Amino acid sequence: MESRIVYMDNNATTMMAPEVVSAMAKAEAQVYGNASSMHTFGRKAAALVEDARGKVAKLLDCNAEEITFTSGASEANNTVFMIAADLIKKGRGSRIVTTTIEHPSIMETVKYLRSLGIHVDQAPVDQEGRVRLDSLKQLLGPDVVLVSVMTGNNETGTIQEIEQISKMAHACGALMHTDATQAIGKIPVSCKKWDLDYLSCSGHKFYGPKGVGVLYAKKGSPFVPFVHGGEQEHGRRAGTYNTTAIYGLGIAAELAEKNIKDEHDRLWEMREHLRKGIIENVPNVVVNGCQEHCLPGTLDVSFPTAEGESILLLLDMYGIAVSTGSACATGSLEPSYVLLAGGLDVELAHGSIRFSLGRYNTMEDVDYVIKVLPPIIKRLRDLSTR
Amino acid sequence: MADSFMATWVYTDIVKDHFMNPRNIWNKDEDWEPDAFGEVGSLACGDQMRVGIKVRNNIIYDIRWLTYGCASAIASTSMMSEMVKGMTLEEAYHITPDMITKALGGLPEHKFHCSVLGDKALRAAIDSYLEKNNLPNPYKKSIATIVCECRGVTDQQIEELVKTDKATTLEQLQELTGFGTGCGKCKEKVAHLFEEMRHIYGKS
Repeated sequence: MESRIVYMDNNATTMMAPEVVSAMAKAEAQVYGNASSMHTFGRKAAALVEDARGKVAKLLDCNAEEITFTSGASEANNTVFMIAADLIKKGRGSRIVTTTIEHPSIMETVKYLRSLGIHVDQAPVDQEGRVRLDSLKQLLGPDVVLVSVMTGNNETGTIQEIEQISKMAHACGALMHTDATQAIGKIPVSCKKWDLDYLSCSGHKFYGPKGVGVLYAKKGSPFVPFVHGGEQEHGRRAGTYNTTAIYGLGIAAELAEKNIKDEHDRLWEMREHLRKGIIENVPNVVVNGCQEHCLPGTLDVSFPTAEGESILLLLDMYGIAVSTGSACATGSLEPSYVLLAGGLDVELAHGSIRFSLGRYNTMEDVDYVIKVLPPIIKRLRDLSTR
Repeated sequence: MADSFMATWVYTDIVKDHFMNPRNIWNKDEDWEPDAFGEVGSLACGDQMRVGIKVRNNIIYDIRWLTYGCASAIASTSMMSEMVKGMTLEEAYHITPDMITKALGGLPEHKFHCSVLGDKALRAAIDSYLEKNNLPNPYKKSIATIVCECRGVTDQQIEELVKTDKATTLEQLQELTGFGTGCGKCKEKVAHLFEEMRHIYGKS
């Protein structure tokens, strides 16, 4: 069999688009001014930042002045939760509502805020990993300051009903935030249509550079900087502009906006081909998450009696890069909390593999995985106690 | 195979070799009847191990195993099975995760806990063998209970160090034994045991 190198871990990070790389290289070589400086050097840099702001606003369907550049989605998420904490401290409401399947940058912030005495409730998800609107509703009330629900999950790909949840949040007077990091460029995301107050996303998940992200904050919504100490971003986020990365993020946003329909359909076609190929060629598999409302490139599968880290490492030997929800790969003793939150057996979580397809995957990649995977699973099952 | 990926493997070459080519697998199709076997762990824990042994003249002359587990678990059981062949029951009974880890050229810190099931399953197999054959089991008593699995620290060791005033603080105990420097799971247990021993020997 011809060997290939297949990167199917696009939910972890993506390869930068060649268009982004060349635009950034050019900018890096030519523009080195501080975007906050008044002179020509600074203004050139500021022009790149503002170019990116416009492109990102177009992608997110909002106004340019509602965009704040951050170091990534983790910072954006932290900022939003600290804004909520600040509001609670100032007496506007007393509670935050989020879910049990958020990214660690929210899960850990929740723990931290609780340690400060702030009340945070987490809505459960059903077996498909979807937030049940009725159980969410039970958690809502006039004391809620912020509702935060992720758009699409990084592990299962399950998509939430953000537009509906946003209405519910606003009905009780709460602000609405979504972490759309995994959804950008894969499904249409609209701050206006969904009537969001805040949204977080990150450049490197849609073929842009790492270390740069976006916090959308609707005009007039409360804002407290997370990083203090400068007048950048109208005082919302201190720190010298990472001009080149921001510019690259803008190029990536432009590409994502232009290609979204094709990209969605292509990813879904490959994902479905992979799903069917695995089911047809590997006995006893469990596909995790919601299949109806799913990010188009994400496929999470459990292989009972085969352990995830072993599968990952054997696939790696064949040049295939994936992720696992197994505890063994994380260094903790617990497998993926996202899969467990959906009620998956601990054993199945240990044997889970996430394939996440991206723009630069091909059908040949998928066929290669379908060829390589079955003997690997068989081999581990032959070794297995059951 | 994609050789370029091998260059940056997360484990040592020995671990990789044993993971890719595990020795002494208990092939389900093979006609191999053990004299006794032991099983520990559970699939829910992400780790389950079964070890079968054949014994002649007090010596383990053949061994087979199966595991549901990660690369470390597979490699360490494979290594253990190689080490054990030809050992007396007594020698085999006293194999520790530390010995296996050393033979593997080391494991990443957070993977130590994955290497502790093989020797436990082996001891369970030996216990079962002796019991089945109505033989006395002097090892079970001789072997102290391991409280820190990663470093193979036993309750007896801790007792001795407290008794002789060699360890008067937890920090000293850690310096002397290395407990809790692997996966760290045992720290609370060891602290509790340490306090208990200090109480028993009137040190606190």
